[in-house]
Parts: sequence; structure tokens; C-alpha cells
Amino acid sequence: MTDLSVSVSSNAHLASQQPLPEAPAKVTVRNLNFYYGEHHALKNINLMLGTNRVTAFIGPSGCGKSTLLRIFNRMYDLYPGQRVTGQLMLDQTNILDPKLDLNLLRARVGMVFQKPTPFPMTIYENIAFGIRLYEKISKSEMDDRVEKALRGGALWNEVKDKLNASGLSLSGGQQQRLCIARTVAVRPEVILFDEPCSALDPISTAKVEELIQELSENYTIAIVTHNMQQAARVSDKTAFMYLGELIEFDDTSKIFTSPSDRRTQDYITGRFG
Amino acid sequence: MTCWVRGLNPTKSVYDFVQGIGVAEMAVQSDVIDEAGPYDRAKALSAFKLGDVTFYWITRLSAISVLLILGGIIISLIVGAFPAMKEYGFAFLWTQRWAPSADPPVLGALGPMYGTLVTSFIAMLIAIPVGLGIAIFLTELCPQWLRRPIGMAVELLAGIPSIIYGMWGFFVLGPFLANTFQPFMIRIFDGVPVLGAIFAGPPSYLSLFNAALILAIMVLPFITSISVDVFKTVPPVLKEAAYGVGCTTWEVVRSVVIPYTRVGIIGGVMLALGRALGETMAVTFIIGNSFRISSSIFAPGTTISAAIASEFAESDGLHQSGLILLGLLLFVLTFFVLAGARLMLLRLEKKAGK
Repeated sequence: MTDLSVSVSSNAHLASQQPLPEAPAKVTVRNLNFYYGEHHALKNINLMLGTNRVTAFIGPSGCGKSTLLRIFNRMYDLYPGQRVTGQLMLDQTNILDPKLDLNLLRARVGMVFQKPTPFPMTIYENIAFGIRLYEKISKSEMDDRVEKALRGGALWNEVKDKLNASGLSLSGGQQQRLCIARTVAVRPEVILFDEPCSALDPISTAKVEELIQELSENYTIAIVTHNMQQAARVSDKTAFMYLGELIEFDDTSKIFTSPSDRRTQDYITGRFG
Repeated sequence: MTCWVRGLNPTKSVYDFVQGIGVAEMAVQSDVIDEAGPYDRAKALSAFKLGDVTFYWITRLSAISVLLILGGIIISLIVGAFPAMKEYGFAFLWTQRWAPSADPPVLGALGPMYGTLVTSFIAMLIAIPVGLGIAIFLTELCPQWLRRPIGMAVELLAGIPSIIYGMWGFFVLGPFLANTFQPFMIRIFDGVPVLGAIFAGPPSYLSLFNAALILAIMVLPFITSISVDVFKTVPPVLKEAAYGVGCTTWEVVRSVVIPYTRVGIIGGVMLALGRALGETMAVTFIIGNSFRISSSIFAPGTTISAAIASEFAESDGLHQSGLILLGLLLFVLTFFVLAGARLMLLRLEKKAGK
């Protein structure tokens, strides 16, 4: 047997997991096209994110995974010359509606980035900041919410004695978990992870992955990753994208054991990408 | 499962192949070094060493020359100001009367010091919000086509010589303010405690406020262009993260962009303040050169640099020494203001939890 087959069969998650039953759609994507100016970056994407499921997006660099993620919370709107056609629904809300309140949308669809992005303020304020945007609550309630969010981010025990230290003083892995806690604190419905572990060491990565699994009990999660094992470990469904097209979208166990498209198989076996 | 085997084997052999090339190349390189021999290497190294020593001394002398120049200026100012210091002592600081032709001459720095601080303060009060506003608009909100014209206009503003600001202030801005803005403010605040005294009449072409406004326009480009530069250093992903928790543009600017860049912004403000404190020509034109202190900012006044510029040419003896002492005071004043700003920065950093 080869290295890879060992790594797949030793993967407890995949080996033991039967595909979860189909979940109702949280986010539905139909005939989505995206353009950076003239460049046609996403071509006719159709898929859906199941409620409280983890959906992984894999594919070589430049295939449009991150672009797709950035459409889910209209982040592309910050930049001129980028436009999108097609249909994108969050429950009954049309995400692409030009009249949609973007701030409310982004509170419903949180995002965690490739590099940790703590705000230039204290750890406490990093969490309280987002909450304060939407809710007027007392100091003691805020303390509760901050603690809950930090526990949710699996960070509370490490920072409870230094909540007034700068968010920038934490290590990279802690910063990333702070960012996850910050995202969770706003109580979104969907959380987007854009390569959340690519700047982290293996131990931090393991913690973040564990966290993603826990979060999937309450949140709908989309994660972009370059790490195939990571996609296999954390996700229920996997989408393989290549050159702006969605090549294959199926249960993770199926994608990693018997992909139906030749290109998917080539990619996950490391023949290109 | 056989597909995995086929999938992996070619990559593995390619990997070996690439490694093989790397090893071969390294072998070739080490051959070259061996053939060069020890003598050539020593010669080459000693040539480098000479260059290194020269470089070290050139840079070191350049750095030392700054200290020498600074020290020289301070010493010559103190020597020049010594007669006046001996004559007036510390009373120079709180005497308002300036009568160089009296017998004996009476000289006091209170008027110019007051004028310098007040004009700079008002100038910063106007220039900081406007300058930051322009910078925020340019980096966060401005449509692409408008960005260049506004950016260029701001930079051109910095290129206008101060004498031209002075003339423009004297012939255009002064009369305009005296006919419109000043009467308006005087009417509004007439009878209000404190503010009534600050905005007291009569309107004047030559006043502290006019000078402050010109100063504000002159220092605006410093604040704006430095702020624009530092705003551009904010990582886009940090702003996206803030937008990602649902911030509006205003909240992103206030809570992320400005805190992230505050050291740079304060640097720009300091540079602007330094220029405002020392600016001479434009201020001399429109401040009125009156040594009397008035509570109203619409009254004429003078600044340290304006007083020196307008009187130095026809001064001698104790009068000249007094003017040099004024110069020394400006030096000290600037130093303290900049040190104060540094201190403020430190406290800000402590508050942010660094």
C-alpha cells in the first residue's frame, strides 16, 4: 500500500463516518458567475451549504474558492469593478439584492481570514467591539458575553488573566482563535473560514480544527483549505473547484475515496495544483 | 486503490530527479571555490575591508555632523542672547511690554509667545480634522476618478511658497474674513461669557485668527499626505475583518484604521505643528505685529518668528540680543511641544494595552 492510502484509512473521521443525513439548505447558490473587471473568475456555480454542516472548498490556487467565499458576505462589494450575476440565497434573503443592508448581512455571515486579524485594541475590546455594534447591553452582561465567546473560541483559559492586554500580544494561533471568538460573539448564522490554518503551527491547527467541529453543531460553516487532510477531517461535504468551475460537489467521504471526476482524483492525489 | 499507487509514483520519482540535479550543482560550485585558492580570497577580503572602513566613517561623520550643527546653533543662540538674559532675567518671560526704543529699552516675550501658541493651536484645531477628513475620504470613500485630482491638489498646496500665502492672506483672505466671518462670529457670541471675549470685535484684516487660518491651510498637506500614506499601510484584510463583523465605514475608520495608524498620524501632526510654530513669512504679513495681548482672536498680535523677521534688520545692541533670546525661546518651546506630544503618544499606547 502507498503512503496516501495509509493516511486515508488511518483517518478515524472518514473511516467511521457514515455521511450525515441531508440537511436543509442554509445557503443556496444558483448559476453564479463572478467577474473581476473583464476576467470571468467564477463560472456557473451551483451548490448549497447544508444547515449546521461543514462544507470544504478545495482546489489549486486561483481556482476561485476564496472568491466564492467572499461573495457569501458581499465582501467583494468593497472593491470597484467586481460584479456578480446569478442567484444566492441565505434562507429566504437574497444576498445579491443591491438594497440589502450589508452590515446586517455581515453580522449574519461571519468570516475568519487566512492571517489572524485582531483589531488594534485589548483582547476584551476585540470581542466586545462587534457585540456593541448591534446590542446595547450592561457591563456585566458584556463580561458574560465576552467570556462565553472566548470559551467558544477555546481561548478563555489562556487569556482570562490578561483581558486588558493587546490582542496583538497573543501568539498567532491564539490570535486566530480570538478572531474566531470575535466572529462567534456576534452570533452569526454562517461562518466562512478562508484558509484559517495556513499561518498556524500544527498544534494550533489541531485546536482550530477541533473548534470548527464543535462550532458546526450550531453554525453553518464553509471552509476554504489547501490542506487535503484538513478538508477530510473537518468537513461533511467537499467541493472541488478548478479554473473557476465547480468540478465536483459531494459527501467528503466520497470525494476522498472514490471521486467521480478524473480531475478531482488527480488533484487529491497530488498530481497537480 | 491501485490508482493511488499510480498517482504517487511519478511525483516521487520527479522529486528524486530534482534532488539529484541540486546535488550535482552544489558539487560544481564547491569546485570553483576550491580552485580560487587562499591568496586570492585574502586579497579580495582586504579590499572589502577598506571599503567597509570608509563606509563606516562616512556614515559616522554624517551622523556626528548633525550633533555638531545642533550644538553650534544652540551655543551661538545662547551667546547672542546672553546680554538680554543678563539684563531682563526670567522677567523676560512674563513682561508684555516691548519697547526697544525706550530708554532703557524694555523687552518682554509674553506677547510673541502667546501669539505663537494661540495661532498654532487654532491652526491645528482646524487642520487636524480637515486633514484627516481629506485623508479618510481619499483612502476609504473616494471614487477612483476623483482620487488623483484631489490628491494632486493637496500636494500642490504643499508646494506653494509661504510668501504667496502671505500675499494672498493680506489681499484676499484678510478682507474677506473681516467682512463676513468675523462680524458673524462677533454677533453670535456677543454677551456669551468667555466666548464673547474670545470672539470680540472690531473685525480686523490683520489678526491672530487670520494668521491661524493661513497656517491651517499651509500645514494641511502635511497632515493629509502623511495620513494617506499611513492609511494605505492598513492591511486590507484587517479592514475586511472589521467589515466582516458588520462595521460601517465610519466604525472601521474610527476603531481600526485610526488606532492602527495612530503613531503615523501623530507623526504627521507633529510635523505640521513644528511648521506652524516656526512659520514666519505668511504670518508676518497678516498678523499685525502688535505685542499687546488681547483676549480676542480677531485682534492683531504677533508670533516669535514674525517679531524677529520684522525687527531684526534694524536692530542692534540689547534689542538684537532680545530678538535672539526670542529665537532661543522658540527653540525651547518647540522642543517642549514635541516632547509633550511624544508623552501623549506613550499614554495612548498604554491605553491600547501594549
